[in-house]
Amino acid sequence: MKQSTSCMRTFIAAALSLALGASASSATFEASKPTPNPEKMALHVLNRIGYGPKPGDLQLVMNMGVEQYIQRQLHPESIPLPSALSNRLAALGTEESRVGDVLGQFIAARKDAKEEKKDNESKTMAQDPAQESAREIIGRIAENTAEARLARAIDSPRQLEEVMVDFWFNHFNVFANKGIDRALVSSYERDAIRPNVFGNFRTLLGATAKHPAMLYYLDNWMSTAQDYQPNRGKRFRTDLQKSKSPSGLNENYARELMELHTLGVDGGYTQKDVTELARMLTGWTFNQRELVRRNTQFTFNSGAHDAGRKIWLGREVTERGQREGEMALDVLAMHPATAHHLAYKLAQYFVSDNPPEALVNRLAQRYLDVRGEIRPVLESLLTSPEFLDEANVGVKFKTPYQFVLSASRASALPINNIRPLLGTLTQLGMPLYGSVTPDGYKNTEAAWLNPDALTRRIGFATALASGRLPVDKSQESSGQGMGKKQIEKQSDGMQRVRVDSQVLDAGALLKTLGDSISTRTRELVKGNPEKLQASLVLGSPDFMRQ
Amino acid sequence: MLRRHFLQSLALSAGIMLPFSRHAFAIQVQEPGPTQKKLVVIMLRGAVDGLNVVAPVGDNNYQHLRPGIHLTRPGSESGALNLDGYFGMHPALADLQPLWNEKKLAFIHSSGSPDNTRSHFDAQDYMETATPGRKSTQDGWMNRLLAALPGEKFPTRSLAIGAVMPRILSGSAVATTLAAGAAGTRASLLDNPAIGNAFDKMYEGQASYAKQYQDARVAHKDIMSASMDKTEMQASNGAPLPSGFPGDASRLATLMKNDAKIQMAFIALGGWDTHVNQGAGTGKLASLLKPLGQGLATLSKQLGSLFNDTTIIVMSEFGRTARENGTGGTDHGHGNVMWVLGGQVAGGKVHGRWSGIDNSGLYEGRDLAITTDFRTVLASISEQHLRLTDAQLNRVFPNMPKPDGRLALFAA
Repeated sequence: MKQSTSCMRTFIAAALSLALGASASSATFEASKPTPNPEKMALHVLNRIGYGPKPGDLQLVMNMGVEQYIQRQLHPESIPLPSALSNRLAALGTEESRVGDVLGQFIAARKDAKEEKKDNESKTMAQDPAQESAREIIGRIAENTAEARLARAIDSPRQLEEVMVDFWFNHFNVFANKGIDRALVSSYERDAIRPNVFGNFRTLLGATAKHPAMLYYLDNWMSTAQDYQPNRGKRFRTDLQKSKSPSGLNENYARELMELHTLGVDGGYTQKDVTELARMLTGWTFNQRELVRRNTQFTFNSGAHDAGRKIWLGREVTERGQREGEMALDVLAMHPATAHHLAYKLAQYFVSDNPPEALVNRLAQRYLDVRGEIRPVLESLLTSPEFLDEANVGVKFKTPYQFVLSASRASALPINNIRPLLGTLTQLGMPLYGSVTPDGYKNTEAAWLNPDALTRRIGFATALASGRLPVDKSQESSGQGMGKKQIEKQSDGMQRVRVDSQVLDAGALLKTLGDSISTRTRELVKGNPEKLQASLVLGSPDFMRQ
Repeated sequence: MLRRHFLQSLALSAGIMLPFSRHAFAIQVQEPGPTQKKLVVIMLRGAVDGLNVVAPVGDNNYQHLRPGIHLTRPGSESGALNLDGYFGMHPALADLQPLWNEKKLAFIHSSGSPDNTRSHFDAQDYMETATPGRKSTQDGWMNRLLAALPGEKFPTRSLAIGAVMPRILSGSAVATTLAAGAAGTRASLLDNPAIGNAFDKMYEGQASYAKQYQDARVAHKDIMSASMDKTEMQASNGAPLPSGFPGDASRLATLMKNDAKIQMAFIALGGWDTHVNQGAGTGKLASLLKPLGQGLATLSKQLGSLFNDTTIIVMSEFGRTARENGTGGTDHGHGNVMWVLGGQVAGGKVHGRWSGIDNSGLYEGRDLAITTDFRTVLASISEQHLRLTDAQLNRVFPNMPKPDGRLALFAA
């Protein structure tokens, strides 16, 4: 949210610095630095472009070399997935299922659950086992989505891909608990986000704009021309009729499209631009019935489109139906303010909370030069002297997501039951798919470090390392859905379900984490009873950051 | 639930001596700070539709602007609750009507931030830093207020309910977050002496996190001992309070009564961004307001005599469009209504100069205009309730607009 106030000015500065010798200054910069410690740099890339080392990763990267590792991570298709992970993902069904089918199941289950609840309230039935099943279906849809995400983040060797999936999902955030989005979010990640994380930003932007999860979340599916009469004619207008409200404009998506997805809040647009863009996007919708029946994910409803003349960002927009919105996405994707906004967010995520302005400007220029291709921008970022500067090693405070994943990876425990992880993320203020607002989660120390958060992380680390979390138990055995209580109970570590085989070996952990655990911490760990040692490693100040 | 955790924690704390002996204040629980006045701030994130919270039901244009979502007049089914003949309160806030009648609830209408942003996130930051238009402010006004108040800075003097430290309480003065729900008063693994001692050593003197760690340990201990409530234990056989805000409000009242060190609290509630089908007397907005009203009534009641020393503020980053939008909701607007509750509040009154909802008077042709800067409300409360001096006020609310009028928000 802290961004430079004038994008144009930044841009001129960027262009100038490129023209007048950015290369010279970065060469001086490199020359003045001592050669970085190879182990430290290997850990740096494991931590920053992935979710931290698993046993053996450190050696692997040191053998391969940091540069080679970065190149491989930028081209994940060359890295095979382990068969155990592929099998697990296949069993979850999230890879193949049609979004329309999932939505159909969800709607039917929700209807059943409602009716059964009504029946129970009127006490005509004591306890109908069918209600459990309807709830289970809804719970399973959400849980499978979450499990697929966490399983990949923990076990996929394509770590940067997983980082970018989270980064772009968060950038184009939708909240999974808003109505039918619970059934759509899996497809949103799989079909709109994941295929495009290294691709072209315009394609990614278009994919999110047309996915029903986003159309629903930010209300554009309902937004119509002011005078639109949904009662006339075609069948696909049924959804609008159902809402029983007069039709007209809703500017929710148009605003966030400019503020969050592209230009940034200081990108120089006005309230009038928001309204005009909303008008241009009228008719961009989906039809729930068509989605369930035919898997049709996007419809342009020309009848609902505002055909009037618009003036947007200083340009006159003539009536062109769906092309108006497509043109808007073209303009927004290649706007210098968007380049700056994205460059800042990437640099903040990968380098430091207050990223160097010179780096941001270079990345923004690179973005414009390569016409919004994400992979070359990332490559510039990850090979920049700023990213590889030892001064930026270990300076990022892990987000709760990064903390929980890195602890799971370092532990090498088989995480068959993800509920303790989900519960911990919720307690730490970062529930998976649970950012209610479209801005997603921040990744700065200022956002996440507070006294209570610190001791809660220590509690999780201690519970995980001492076998107090039932991560190894099969979740099927509990026979319950994603109940809030169930998740809370499984994540507080207070149940004393000690599984001695799961108490971690501190020596192995320290080997996995290498130089990222300081001498001071190692000394302190040594002085404690064996059963506490692993907890102290994962709960140490060193493990809080990356 | 609460009771079991309590007993656990009591059992734990009975057996151990936490290593905080140098914090002598830990045993001065009964000694209050120089001012005993309390402040609770509730922020409705997402921009609550103030024109349907305190609705100008007596204005003919109101119904015009909002054909599908206006509150109907008092007396009709699901109609507004009459406040002063012109304004009506949303019927879902019926739990607050006794407080209005007892003149312990006041509203300030046409209030808000002078900055014209309609971005939730910028507007919330501005309301929390109290420096609208200035993004470089790092600390929040409640933190500066905490720093300005005389007395010792205990970790629990200022509480934020939730998992993250909100901008409003961020800054140099120590403040504590407390998990929402029962988790906030639950024992942790660090209460186990062997584990706790080991981590105490690890964090003691550590460069980055020593202070945060120690603040957390002190706060947790205080919270655990303050969360015991005899009345709550007796009542635990009865119906439990609804989840969410009423529960948190009840827990907060217990903590405030049992720990005199707690002087300020902040709670944020989300879900107010009602772009679609927000309903009128019933519906989506009603279902959000209902537990808010219940929770505020619970807090007021359970604070008992402490309510006389307490001021509660409810605020939101901006209001919503005066006109209903095309989807039965409202879009981002400008002016809004602020709420103030407390034993000494000059209540039963809608304060501020009503800017009106004539089409010609709407801000940028679409929103309620602002006649009272939100900082004027906050400064009035800080001065009249917390007795801040002018110099202190200048530090907490820098660059106030001149002339910075005050509202008489407290009974003489």
